[in-house]
Amino acid sequence: MHCFSGEGYKIELDDTSNTVRMSGALRLGGLSEYAPISELLENALDGREALIIDLSALEFLNSSGIATLSKFVITARNRNDCRLAIQGSNAIAWQGKSLNNLKRLMPALELNFD
Amino acid sequence: MIQDHGQIREIRHDRNTESLDLSFWPGSLPLKQRWRNNGLSADFLGDYVTTFFPLDETDPSTRARQSEIRGAVSFIANELLENAMKFHDESLPEPITMRLCLFPEEIVFQQGNATGSEAADSFRAFVERLRDSDPNELYIQQLEEGAVSEGSAGLGYLTMINDYGAELAWRFEPLVSHGFRVTTQVTIKI
Repeated sequence: MHCFSGEGYKIELDDTSNTVRMSGALRLGGLSEYAPISELLENALDGREALIIDLSALEFLNSSGIATLSKFVITARNRNDCRLAIQGSNAIAWQGKSLNNLKRLMPALELNFD
Repeated sequence: MIQDHGQIREIRHDRNTESLDLSFWPGSLPLKQRWRNNGLSADFLGDYVTTFFPLDETDPSTRARQSEIRGAVSFIANELLENAMKFHDESLPEPITMRLCLFPEEIVFQQGNATGSEAADSFRAFVERLRDSDPNELYIQQLEEGAVSEGSAGLGYLTMINDYGAELAWRFEPLVSHGFRVTTQVTIKI
């Protein structure tokens, strides 16, 4: 389990379930502050056939975070060596509004809402 | 000369207008320390408006509506405050301001900050490009071309337009000494 956290948020990579869980509220101040998260996400694609990004407990994500997630989806699409699924929640308003854009960037992305 | 891009609404303080005003003087505290206040202020505004969209236990759609409005207000206010903190010119004797007005069918945000003449020029060019383009295409294009940079406010505005159906407008008002007071207005239908 790789894990790091900051004020109000937590990111965990669970190797056994091939899942990155992001939870809390992420409002870091720009792409450079998101770099460690980008790195964790991109490294998680290495040597895997499938990866799940579980956002169902991520209450808030600012536009720099949405950009980070979008860039990661573009990277996964271009590498084309690992299936990607994103798990969202219907109870969190921003996810219903913004996560569908990721499908436009990567049509093969599996997007699920609980 | 005051220059508007889109229609800036004149807000009157009367019994039909519910409004909240916040103002900050960012020089008094380093940006890093102040950044967390963006989230606190944005969440406060989001929670504040929920009073006007009460829950009805017999109607489940009221919960979804309240959550949607809280989320929209919190996201938009947070983006506007982040931009203000990033682009405000502390050398100019102006505060950062945030106003939220609740009308029967709309919520209007007006966020103001000061900026130097050069920064105002490049921001004005960006505003014109945004207003002339298809926001959905521009969003994808910015991501695909890696055009999203550290100092870019673009994706935040595009997310408001594309995902929240927001209408944006700007006012550039010359300051007496030099530079401009820039107002960004965001309107969402409720």
